[in-house]
Amino acid sequence: MPEQRSHLTIKDTDGITVVHFSDRKILEELSIREIGDELTHLIETRENVQLLVSFKNVEHLSSAALGMLIKLNKQVAEAEGTLKLSDISAQIYEVFKITRLNKLFDIHETAGRALTSFSETET
Amino acid sequence: MTNADPKNESTFHVCVIRSDLEQTEVPKQLILDELERHRFDEGSIFAIKLAMEEALTNAVKHGNCFDPCKPVTVRYAVSDEMVAVIVRDEGGGFVPTEVPDPTSPDRLPLPNGRGIMLLRAYMDSVEYRDQGREVYFAKRRG
Repeated sequence: MPEQRSHLTIKDTDGITVVHFSDRKILEELSIREIGDELTHLIETRENVQLLVSFKNVEHLSSAALGMLIKLNKQVAEAEGTLKLSDISAQIYEVFKITRLNKLFDIHETAGRALTSFSETET
Repeated sequence: MTNADPKNESTFHVCVIRSDLEQTEVPKQLILDELERHRFDEGSIFAIKLAMEEALTNAVKHGNCFDPCKPVTVRYAVSDEMVAVIVRDEGGGFVPTEVPDPTSPDRLPLPNGRGIMLLRAYMDSVEYRDQGREVYFAKRRG
């Protein structure tokens, strides 16, 4: 059986886990389910995870992807961790605004600003 | 191939697929090819891709409940001015006006129920027919 390709690039820096999507489109339910499983595993293997999900290079997403992010937000909160999102294009940010999920998530313009905000939260 | 006219449903192209999410790529690609042929702008293509994803997923998942015996029928037409798509499932239907507002404070943290809202937000025209078994959506060129 062929090994399943990862949908994510994961990098741990100074206690913060930074996740990038490998796909430019986060649309299809099947791949979204796999992304959700990868992120769940990531949360389960880190204590009080400090997670930054970057949307750099992501050009498209669907309501199923939004659902996956909402579940992730809940899982991170239950694990007493922190979730931040960054690098969301104007087109995709509009989807967050229409659904008012920009109010639910901690969204930063760039990964750099998001990383800085983690240390601001600590102090 | 005859010219399909978005303002005349009898001329629409037809694509019938199984109730399988992977199969939804077929009509999506056919319509995207037409949009590119008619040189639709990036913003319109973004909107139509999103609408197709939501409508087709709803038809396969919520309409036909992945039943392999139930087809999803997609009819579509693209001109230089507009695109129109009709997605039909063979499920029990639903009442679109009874779908709760996903942006209400109590529903905002729930992971589902945003597809119809996005369809309405991004399309110029959305019409549910036959008790929700069929959805027509159209967008004029941006």
